[in-house]
Amino acid sequence: MSTGTERTDTVTQGPELDLPASPDLLPKAKGTLPKGTAWGVFVASALVVGGILAATGFSIGLWVVLTVVLFAVATYVLSRVVEGARKATDRLVTVVVSAAFGVAMIPLVSVLWTVVSNGIARFDAQFFTYSMRGVVGEGGGAYHAILGTLIITGLAAAMSIPIGMLTAVYLVEYGKGRLAKAITFFVDVMTGIPSIVAGLFAYALFALIVGPGVRMGFAGAVALTVLMIPIVVRSTEEMLKIVPNELREASYALGVPKWKTILKIVIPTTAGGIATGITLAIARVIGETAPLLIAVGITTGVNLNPFDDRMATLPVFAYYSYVAPGIPREPFLDRAWTAALVLMVIVMLLNIIARIISRAFAPKTR
Amino acid sequence: MTTTEVTPTPRTARPVTQLGDRVFAGSAKGAGILILVVLAGVAAFLLTEAFPALVAPASELPGEHNLAVYIWPLLFGTLLSALIALVIATPLAICVALFISHYAPRRIAQGLGYLVDLLAAVPSIVYGLWGVGVLAPASVGLMTWLNDYLGWIPLFAGPVSATGRTMLVAGLVLAVMILPIITAVAREVFLQAPRLHEEAALALGATRWEMIKMAVLPFGRSGLISGAMLGLGRALGETMAVAIVLSVSGVVTFNLVSSGNPSSIAANIALQFPEASGLGVNVLIASGLVLFLVTLAVNMLARYIVNRRSEFSGAN
Repeated sequence: MSTGTERTDTVTQGPELDLPASPDLLPKAKGTLPKGTAWGVFVASALVVGGILAATGFSIGLWVVLTVVLFAVATYVLSRVVEGARKATDRLVTVVVSAAFGVAMIPLVSVLWTVVSNGIARFDAQFFTYSMRGVVGEGGGAYHAILGTLIITGLAAAMSIPIGMLTAVYLVEYGKGRLAKAITFFVDVMTGIPSIVAGLFAYALFALIVGPGVRMGFAGAVALTVLMIPIVVRSTEEMLKIVPNELREASYALGVPKWKTILKIVIPTTAGGIATGITLAIARVIGETAPLLIAVGITTGVNLNPFDDRMATLPVFAYYSYVAPGIPREPFLDRAWTAALVLMVIVMLLNIIARIISRAFAPKTR
Repeated sequence: MTTTEVTPTPRTARPVTQLGDRVFAGSAKGAGILILVVLAGVAAFLLTEAFPALVAPASELPGEHNLAVYIWPLLFGTLLSALIALVIATPLAICVALFISHYAPRRIAQGLGYLVDLLAAVPSIVYGLWGVGVLAPASVGLMTWLNDYLGWIPLFAGPVSATGRTMLVAGLVLAVMILPIITAVAREVFLQAPRLHEEAALALGATRWEMIKMAVLPFGRSGLISGAMLGLGRALGETMAVAIVLSVSGVVTFNLVSSGNPSSIAANIALQFPEASGLGVNVLIASGLVLFLVTLAVNMLARYIVNRRSEFSGAN
């Protein structure tokens, strides 16, 4: 130890002695911009651009864009003069990266604002209690479509949750070797199946069983199941993997058989996480349009039997109301936007529920 | 005491298996196998239903074209729209991910990440309505500007569509939809970049950008590529946004701002399927099969890159 400290002492002394001898090696002394400079430059560029635009013709979008551009250029030049090229590049990248985040937020805000402002007009009791049977102009609602969405998504969940969870259990607790590898790989592949192809699959399957031109709610549920299974498998697998092995070993040591260990120890330990994943999976598929358009179609009345004929669903209802409106157009467009709003509200609610579940069950230690 | 045990149970290496164990393990395994069967079924049923279109003479097909002549413009439109989306979304997603992982204040970073994830939660039909109702009219000005000043580039040759329902806008909508996917992957790999490398770079006097350039980006390169590929896979298969936004004429053109555009495979199926009958259905399913194969190839390539990385990275 003592030799070590002596050695470092000699090393640190070296440069101190050398420093005055070679001043060229030192970086040139550069100033730094004072702390509030960025804000000052930003406000200045906003004012300059605002002034120029006020003279030529004002538009808020152009104002924001040009302000950011001028801000980036001004910051770079100022910093380059005062602080040097490296610092200037650093500041420029900071501006660009922050601006990119702002750009990414524009569509989110715009989508939310558009859907709420257009959809609020028909967000009334009639929309939730009336179907479209016999409605030609104003009025009517999406009662049939909401029921259809709930039935089809419920069926899809009822099929995909057991299959998905069991597969995840197999992969984590039992699976070793070639079969598990194949399942992992093909679950990944399944994640990438386009939703419309899932719809075509469901149609092709039932066309072979029932006959061509088939449309039924259950076919839509099968299509959604194909889309939902990989999400459930992935999220459940992640959750089961983080259950500590000590819990399993303690259970085995007490003589509990493996299947009971999984059902009573492993899954309850991470139930919150699994429920979160499943909720998010439901949120993902409940907004799917394309497979339902193919396999389920649309109808104007209430149909509660998923094994017989067409059903209405919220996304398809919104789609047809928008692209094939009747005359007059306005009530149809209003209903389309309100259906989109209801769909968004359902998806957001599911997301919030998922957050609450994961928050409530997160530190599960018992 | 010992005399009472007449026949001691033979000890074997195999653990005792109960009936419940066998049933449970069997059903778990069965579920896994069922998934493989379903995937095989997707391919098999699509092939079965597409087969009549593959063997039918050209005179019976819609438009009396060869099947390849029918599908080619659609495939072109699919690839073009996805490519536009990828070109726009990837740099933006990398910047957004960097902002969340390295620039934003630590306390609000997670909340910002959640905001980006919200973009992924919006249903595609809502994006479609937003695209045609808001983005298309709003971008007519931009496209006119592009045509005025960059019209010599074939991409912006015009004439500019008055409604804004162009390939460029469809690509923009797709870019918004795949942005959260690429961002999520990029954020993961940026956060996994070795902390010690970053601190070493900073300690040697690197600025934040130099640190990111030297320590973070090289580490995350393959992760970024696979994230972009996953986004591409999503953009290729996206249906409703393109179906609603794009005004279609079936021409093959690189002109992004005019009103004559090739449709995409997925959008074409969504638009034609409800009214299709007979051989028309088979043709659409055949085009779906092509889409399935293209996305399959893209996704498998992405997974291959991800897996290769996870084996060689020191992060785990």
